[in-house]
Amino acid sequence: MSLKNNIPKGPLAEKWTNYKSKMDLVAPNNKRRIEVIVVGTGLAGASAAATLGELGYKVKAYTFHDSPRRAHSIAAQGGINAAKNYQNDGDSIWRLFYDTIKGGDYRSREANVHRLAEVSTDIIDQCVAQGVPFAREYGGLLHNRSFGGVQVSRTFYARGQTGQQLLIGAYQALSRQIANGNVTMYNRHEMLDVVKIDGKARGIITRNLLNGKIESHAAHCVVLATGGYGNVFYLSTNAMGSNVTAAWRAVKRGAYMANPCYTQIHPTCIPVSGEYQSKLTLMSESLRNDGRVWVPKSVKDAQAIQRGEKTGLDIKEEDRDYYLERRYPAFGNLVPRDVASRAAKVACDEGKGVSKTGLAVFLDFASAIQRYGKSAALSQGISDPDAGTVLKLGEKVVEEKYGNLFQMYEKITGENPYKFPMKIYPAVHYTMGGLWVDYNLQTNIPGLFALGEANFSDHGANRLGASALMQGLADGYFVIPYTIGTFLSHEIRTPMISNETPEFKAAEKEVKERIQRLANSQGNQTVESFHRRLGKIMWEYCGMSRNEEGLKKGRQMIRELRKEFYSDVYVPGSDTEYNPELEKAARVADFLEMGEVMMLDALNRNESCGGHFREEFQSQEGEAQRNDADYTYVAAWEWDDENPILHKEDLEFENVELKTRSYK
Amino acid sequence: MTWILNLLTSSIGRKLVMSLTGLFLISFLLIHLLGNFQLLINDGGESFNTYAYFMTNNPLIKTISYGLYFFILLHAFQGLALAYTNNNRSGGKATGKYAVKTYSNGSWASKNMALLGTFILFFICIHMGDFWWKMKFGDLPMIKYDGFENEVVDLYTRVSVAFDQLWIVIVYLIGLIALCFHLIHGFGSAFQSLGLRHKKYTPLINGFGVVFSILISLGFAAIPIVHYFNN
Amino acid sequence: MKLKLRVWRQKNNQAKGGFEVYNVEADEHMSFLEMMDVLNEELISKKKEPVAFEHDCREGICGTCNMVIDGRPHGPQKGTTVCQLHMRHYKDGDTITIEPWRVSSFPLIKDLVVDRSAYDRIIQAGGYISVNTGQAPDGNAIPIDKEVSSEAFDAATCIGCGACAAACPNGSAMLFTAAKVAHLGKLPQGKVEHKKRVQKMVGQMDKEGFGFCSNVGACEVECPKEISTENIAMLNRSYLGSMLSTND
Repeated sequence: MSLKNNIPKGPLAEKWTNYKSKMDLVAPNNKRRIEVIVVGTGLAGASAAATLGELGYKVKAYTFHDSPRRAHSIAAQGGINAAKNYQNDGDSIWRLFYDTIKGGDYRSREANVHRLAEVSTDIIDQCVAQGVPFAREYGGLLHNRSFGGVQVSRTFYARGQTGQQLLIGAYQALSRQIANGNVTMYNRHEMLDVVKIDGKARGIITRNLLNGKIESHAAHCVVLATGGYGNVFYLSTNAMGSNVTAAWRAVKRGAYMANPCYTQIHPTCIPVSGEYQSKLTLMSESLRNDGRVWVPKSVKDAQAIQRGEKTGLDIKEEDRDYYLERRYPAFGNLVPRDVASRAAKVACDEGKGVSKTGLAVFLDFASAIQRYGKSAALSQGISDPDAGTVLKLGEKVVEEKYGNLFQMYEKITGENPYKFPMKIYPAVHYTMGGLWVDYNLQTNIPGLFALGEANFSDHGANRLGASALMQGLADGYFVIPYTIGTFLSHEIRTPMISNETPEFKAAEKEVKERIQRLANSQGNQTVESFHRRLGKIMWEYCGMSRNEEGLKKGRQMIRELRKEFYSDVYVPGSDTEYNPELEKAARVADFLEMGEVMMLDALNRNESCGGHFREEFQSQEGEAQRNDADYTYVAAWEWDDENPILHKEDLEFENVELKTRSYK
Repeated sequence: MTWILNLLTSSIGRKLVMSLTGLFLISFLLIHLLGNFQLLINDGGESFNTYAYFMTNNPLIKTISYGLYFFILLHAFQGLALAYTNNNRSGGKATGKYAVKTYSNGSWASKNMALLGTFILFFICIHMGDFWWKMKFGDLPMIKYDGFENEVVDLYTRVSVAFDQLWIVIVYLIGLIALCFHLIHGFGSAFQSLGLRHKKYTPLINGFGVVFSILISLGFAAIPIVHYFNN
Repeated sequence: MKLKLRVWRQKNNQAKGGFEVYNVEADEHMSFLEMMDVLNEELISKKKEPVAFEHDCREGICGTCNMVIDGRPHGPQKGTTVCQLHMRHYKDGDTITIEPWRVSSFPLIKDLVVDRSAYDRIIQAGGYISVNTGQAPDGNAIPIDKEVSSEAFDAATCIGCGACAAACPNGSAMLFTAAKVAHLGKLPQGKVEHKKRVQKMVGQMDKEGFGFCSNVGACEVECPKEISTENIAMLNRSYLGSMLSTND
């Protein structure tokens, strides 16, 4: 099958406007007769379900959580970008588009990214109208801050809880449509298969997590907004329940997985403290606005810190290496995430790590406290403040800006970050890869759409801060409500789809067999232990840096682990009751296949770009080296039990010039 | 008019009833105490007895007193009904009780308003049986004061005799301690239920409530104590 | 450190529940839920049924985790969810009692898992601003007093975990309902339908069978987001005001 991206003709800036003006519409009386399934209720799913409900479609929404409000979008801290130019600092739709394309290391589609930048401003308006309490200035107008990888302040934020506030806005919009009867909500229903009829996606199979019942749900089309697959690494900043199952089941039915190797490693997370660790906690990237990243210049000092004989405070200023400021003077501590993460890894690989495990670098607020303290003293009319006053005033300013993050850090580590420099280390955070979709967000299966982190579309090989929330809401509020019409306008004569066709029965049977096989697994190892082992393989061979030999080895190890899983996993309880272990087993089984495709994709991509760093392809200074001649394409993988098949979509850059990313 | 019914049967409406009746009863307590202070005047009971005559014969006050009885009963039965329902919403049969109870959250009084209230209700029954009933339906001796037209009931002597007995004094003191705790939570709570809360004024209201509760209970307590020791 | 856990086990809503005692070896750097993971791993490896408990983000923001630890929802640390509670606050030899939320409107599902969908229905009754996608004016069209916005935010931090009702001796959902009413009612965008919203949400709250607020204040103490009972006063005021002032 060829990959048709369906990008409209015409100049970049007019594509979306023209598309909206000329697209086929579905009349209101027909919308009432058309059913849409939306799986997932995070930013993308909830906003899509709500908006489609408002438009008059009959929507059925599904989440495996007990409530749509629990989706992991809620944990996003930092903010959401929009080209509002409220700060009058030269921002524009073009600049947001350009920053995002460049930030993505020229591996995303121009047309999609430009559309994202265009609708970004509408998102802010919509959210404000819903009651999202964005940060404001004393005059009552919206406040912005800057975020890594860009030189303007375009990030809107709500304390350190932007994701939560945006999700609650979308959840409330969804709740309103549930109350109006336009959306039927299915909580605690996990999607376990997509059902195709005559080649089109016409429904899903779910498992009711309370009683294990396998159910068929039919509709005219299916929208997946089921998030990313970062948990394939076991340890990540994702929630414990985040999984790839919905997307992976679509892949098993013929959808393509695009660019699965593009994984974002977030530079500022709280380091791992022990073997039992279940997840990693992110500290907002906004901390890098004021925090300075450093390690000791000498390995000897670092070792003393690792042994606990010294703390960061014992290292003299001249013995510290502020390596980001040294290597990237133009952006300093604000380089994009992939660059900052890799630099931390380099420092730790040199033996300069600053925790017991040697896997941490300092994020230091001492000079920010001094700077803020002095200016606060001045503004209070103290012209010659003593050190104590400066410290007190400075800490107060820092507390106002980052108080909740500092509090969270102290809760988790038990260490006071006002006194001692924070310790941070990169962790898996976001997956840029996902289901392949065209301009309409439709996968290669007609009638199957993918939104938000579940698709691959807008972030290329690396995502800039504050753009995941933007993409999720753009897809849900402002893109899918239009583009879904391109499919549904041809379906107005299709009667309601029955969930009792042979296709549904067959899919139900397959799901039942798969679940029963897992439920009856009477081996000796826990699901968790397999997941942990898979995570270690992924991190070791497909993590922050990759090489050919490792990827080949990793792929083999995953295949062996998969075999072992099916022969020796133990799942307690039965499949007809509330059974979290069984849920987990089904998810880990899918991760065990997804991991292999990631290795394969990373192996295929003989270049370094964004979140994908191949050791063979780096400059002498250790910077990533792209290969635009051979790899300016989207790698879309079709699943095959033996050898997944690669399909390529060439990326055409008509408006921006491909350059080596430089943050020096 | 269904809206009134809707309002008064809603959870917040029922709290409104508790709050308004409670505040009314608090204002009654103040008047009652000021009147009863005449028991401490050393005039053989003249001012108290003539005051009692006035309170039981003035038509306006008689009307108000029927309102008072109604509000006491409404406050008591509404409160008991709320407590009964609440008990089934947490810690009842449906859910079971928490095995570990911590009392760090909320004052003891706030969690035991129904218990305190029941206690106070019993106390009111004893109190009214002792004096009000005796005055209305008993055969207390009559007395005639100079310059006062009618013969009045000599309630003063009855009070004095009652407070001669230590056990009655103790019952009163226990009743008043219950009242004090009931008021300490009830006073501030009444304002909260009405939605009257402000960062500046609420601490003042609550502070006043505590002082008021203690003073009013001490004031009432002074009467049996003084009588007991005087006799 | 060695700990003794008394954990509430109950097969389902109909079954009779009771405490089981387990010994577990924990590390001071673990989170409370990681300690529970260790317990479950052990149970599973002995082919016993693990303790069912809900959790997801483990960052204190999704509101999924819920346990009453030694009589306190989310445990002893102020402003902390169970997932953010760390074992360094316990010492070797401690006995810890773990129970589910005990609220009649949150029917028990299994062990420590309860059904909190009543909260969703309260939001569905009116906890939103009625604005369709695309109808919004410019984000800066209505300036909002920074202080007002900040108060609305304080209320909006609610994570819907249910600790307020679990802490309340009356099993009341007033703090949850009040937080949403205050979040939306303080903002100019939400004022338009404030009166109707309050009536509908309180109506639903009552219908769900939550207990009556008696101003104990335990909800505020146990709320992991430290949401103030000032919001309850606002709810009371708004409800009475709307009932007395609307035309129907």
